[in-house]
Amino acid sequence: MEITLTHYLLLAMVVFLTGMVGFVVRRNAIVMLMCVELMLSSVNIVFAAYSRFHGNADGHVFVLMNFAVAAAEAAIGLAILVEIYRRRRTVNVDDLKALME
Amino acid sequence: MELLNVNIPNWSDMGNWIPEAVLCVGFLVALIGDMVTRGKKPVVPFVISVFALVTAGSYAVAGLNNPGLAAGLPIMGDLVVVDGLAAFFRILFIFAGLATVLFAWTSEEIMGRKRENKGEFYALILMMTAAMMVMAEARDILMLFLSMEAVGLVSYVMAGYMRTSLRSTEASLKYVLFGAVSSAIMLYGLSLLYGMTGAMDFAGIRAALVSGPVNGFALLVVVVMIIAGMSYKIAAVPFHYWCPDIYEGAPTPVSAIFSVGPKAAGFALMIRFFYTTLAAGPDAAASVGIIHIINWPLLIAVISAVTMTYGNLVALRQSNVKRMLAYSSIAHVGYLLMGFLLLTPAGLQAILFYLLVYTLMNLGAFFFVVAINNHLKSEELDDYVGLGFRTPWAASMMVVFLASLTGIPPFAGFIGKFYLFTAVLDKEWFWLAILAALNSVVGLYYYFKVVKAMFFTTPLEGADTSPLKLHWLQYTVLAVLAIPTLVLGLYWGQFKDLADQAIAAMTVGF
Repeated sequence: MEITLTHYLLLAMVVFLTGMVGFVVRRNAIVMLMCVELMLSSVNIVFAAYSRFHGNADGHVFVLMNFAVAAAEAAIGLAILVEIYRRRRTVNVDDLKALME
Repeated sequence: MELLNVNIPNWSDMGNWIPEAVLCVGFLVALIGDMVTRGKKPVVPFVISVFALVTAGSYAVAGLNNPGLAAGLPIMGDLVVVDGLAAFFRILFIFAGLATVLFAWTSEEIMGRKRENKGEFYALILMMTAAMMVMAEARDILMLFLSMEAVGLVSYVMAGYMRTSLRSTEASLKYVLFGAVSSAIMLYGLSLLYGMTGAMDFAGIRAALVSGPVNGFALLVVVVMIIAGMSYKIAAVPFHYWCPDIYEGAPTPVSAIFSVGPKAAGFALMIRFFYTTLAAGPDAAASVGIIHIINWPLLIAVISAVTMTYGNLVALRQSNVKRMLAYSSIAHVGYLLMGFLLLTPAGLQAILFYLLVYTLMNLGAFFFVVAINNHLKSEELDDYVGLGFRTPWAASMMVVFLASLTGIPPFAGFIGKFYLFTAVLDKEWFWLAILAALNSVVGLYYYFKVVKAMFFTTPLEGADTSPLKLHWLQYTVLAVLAIPTLVLGLYWGQFKDLADQAIAAMTVGF
């Protein structure tokens, strides 16, 4: 079987939905951050596939930038989580209710 | 664009980017200055940030007269452009940043004794201002994403600025999680748009949409996903839920700039992106259909109506002034979206003018909460009782801000709303205009609850009624915000012209 653009797009969609569902279902903040990374990775697949499809390099450049941003986001997210864990001894978002109405 | 034919940027066009460069250098110098001089008060970062903002501001104001603005001054090839729109927002952001820096200097939340890393705040404001300016200048998907993330990353850190406070760190975590998800959704939309059009720059996307056959359903999905990401930045329903929590948890000066800066930047980005890609241009026969394929006006009208109604109704039952202002800022996003309905220049001009007014009055209202929090350590409405007699000058300025937020005639907010309403009525969207008018009445109720508490409610027996003395800097900044709020309600012509010129000199590439 030949691998076509459609297969890449389907793969990306599956990865994206996995991340999305995981983000909604899981309550552990670290797992939620991992799910966001999955969603960002699926975007990379789409960009890389289309970049090849259209025959220009724009999509590849975007993928590289996206790596850097995703890493920065994860770094800040984990730093905040460490701070929260120090005070609360939990990273479960259901326990974070100081700001609920 | 072929791989070998890339427009390689050089330094010659960087001269148009002096304000951004000054802010970025200021950011680094302020950070280093903070590390070198560990004093009780972070004088060095404060002075550096004020100096950098004033310098960048004077370059930005001087740049308004640049004759090249109308044609657009490209920077780094196709990625970024300095044109009328960018020049307008540059000044707005630098003003908001400067006001926040000055006010934060007197805020106990930022400058309180227990905090060790006080100086970082001033450095971060500089970085945030620079990133917001790039948001208003981006004309390529790559730069759109990078600038939005730059603002986001700085905001996450600033929301969690009070590291020892549970509420502040919790606000920060919520901001990171929701922010990352919404930007991932937006990115997915953008990647599909890239797939549909094969172009990264806005003009190229438009050219592809206008020339080629467009699958209406695919375009609708893409546009909805992109709006999801952007409405997170501007806090429109249904992506508003982070907003009250973050505003309440973050230090109040941070909430003040969040409620103005990233929102205005989000609108700037939306204006450029959607106006370039979707609006009907001179090539009317081909392009007028684009926004009707996806029924854009109805989409925006529904988002706008739900956002303003939700914001106003929930604001009604808030007892915390900061949280109430958060919901009111959601309602104002609803009003602002009215100008977006048909992507006409008149509507966009109304948005720009309202953003100008909104910056003044909303910053003012939040700053008053900062000043009161210094003394009372509280933002509850019940503690505001009798403030009108304890600090009459500041409280009367707060009345000006609240009346302007309501949209009562002699104040600037009324003029701003007037133009937004006309933009909608011109296109005969009567139900939306009527709904917005009803919403303004609801706003009157909760804004004047604060006025009533300050001036007309008798304090309880034994309550503290001693006069409060605010810092002179606080009086100055509040006056600088209150006087234009009054004056713009009477003489708005010149400032409206400024907004009109900004839209007229927006280079969209068609």
